[in-house]
Amino acid sequence: MKSTLLNMVLSLGIITIVAAGLLSWIYTITEQPIAEANLQAQIQAVSDVTPAFDNDPVAEQVAVTPEGEAQAVTVFPAMKDGALVGAAVESYTNNGFSGFIKVIYGFDTEGNVTGFAVMEHAETPGLGAKMDDWFRSPEGNRNVIGLNATGADLTVAKDGGKVDAITAATITSRAFLDALNRAARAYNQYKAQN
Amino acid sequence: MNSKLRILYNGIVAENPTFVLMLGMCPTLGTTGSAINGMSMGLATMGVLICSNVVISLIKNLVPAKVRIPAYIVVIATFVSMLQLVMQAYVPALYATLGIFIPLIVVNCILLGRAESFASRNGVFDSLLDGIGIGLGFTLALTLLGACRELLGTGRIFDLQIYPEAYGSLVFVLAPGAFITLGLLIALINKLRKAA
Repeated sequence: MKSTLLNMVLSLGIITIVAAGLLSWIYTITEQPIAEANLQAQIQAVSDVTPAFDNDPVAEQVAVTPEGEAQAVTVFPAMKDGALVGAAVESYTNNGFSGFIKVIYGFDTEGNVTGFAVMEHAETPGLGAKMDDWFRSPEGNRNVIGLNATGADLTVAKDGGKVDAITAATITSRAFLDALNRAARAYNQYKAQN
Repeated sequence: MNSKLRILYNGIVAENPTFVLMLGMCPTLGTTGSAINGMSMGLATMGVLICSNVVISLIKNLVPAKVRIPAYIVVIATFVSMLQLVMQAYVPALYATLGIFIPLIVVNCILLGRAESFASRNGVFDSLLDGIGIGLGFTLALTLLGACRELLGTGRIFDLQIYPEAYGSLVFVLAPGAFITLGLLIALINKLRKAA
């Protein structure tokens, strides 16, 4: 077809309008299931990492901004018979090898790590992406579960700390502990406020 | 050979997008760390390719020549965004592993290449067949490449342990291994094609 200004503007205009219409239609259909899928993943992670509870931590979530930081992290308090037994903290770091990492950490009342679940990351497969297995492995000093980060920050062995970094993925390991320390600070602050 | 079958054969073998046309190398190298990731990426691309081929073949006479490329890109991008939303909603686990690669389908030159060289010159049914053929060719290539890399890197195929992981060489799962494996596979396939 010969191109004139009118038919170019018209055809592109119509195509983009139809495309936008289709997309908004699909968006309204999938909005609910996407929110549900994300919520399910969150609920699953929170109950995996915290000590047994009988309240609804996701419904009772609190946003806590750790001192000196701009961005808030989410604390999910776990209660049993009305008493706090621990909490899950959805923490993050921007220091991953590929930037943003989101992890949910669980703590008991003393601030010992009871578990964690990596929610979002873009680390290298085979290296940094191993963090979900590495930091719960019983070998050497890899395991962070049971450690306490509320007193002093946890660091990797290379930086003088006591946690073994992932082989060939020290940056990811530092980022993972950065998120963990942030979670511990937020949890401390939450406990101090309540 | 029947002309319809020839279109399919063309996409899978004679003009295999990965091994012969060498198109869409970015997702090919990026997503084939394991067989399942390669296959999922291939299937996702095939889905978008079939839809975009059909639609572009339908609108080919309504689009002025000078704006055909932006028009095709809008069509492709729309299908990719729809696919992304649908995957996020109904297969969140798959979306978690493939999520960052899905938007890359928009800039995959296989899609625009087939739109320009086939769908805009052929009828709807032939374009559909071309989408299926090229899509299958791409899926097979990515699955093969992913399986080779996963086997050499971790000793597994589709998470099935073939030999102990300790004997695997991690480099094949990483980016350099993608280039090495792809190069060797292309050499092998050229050899086979010459012999045939």
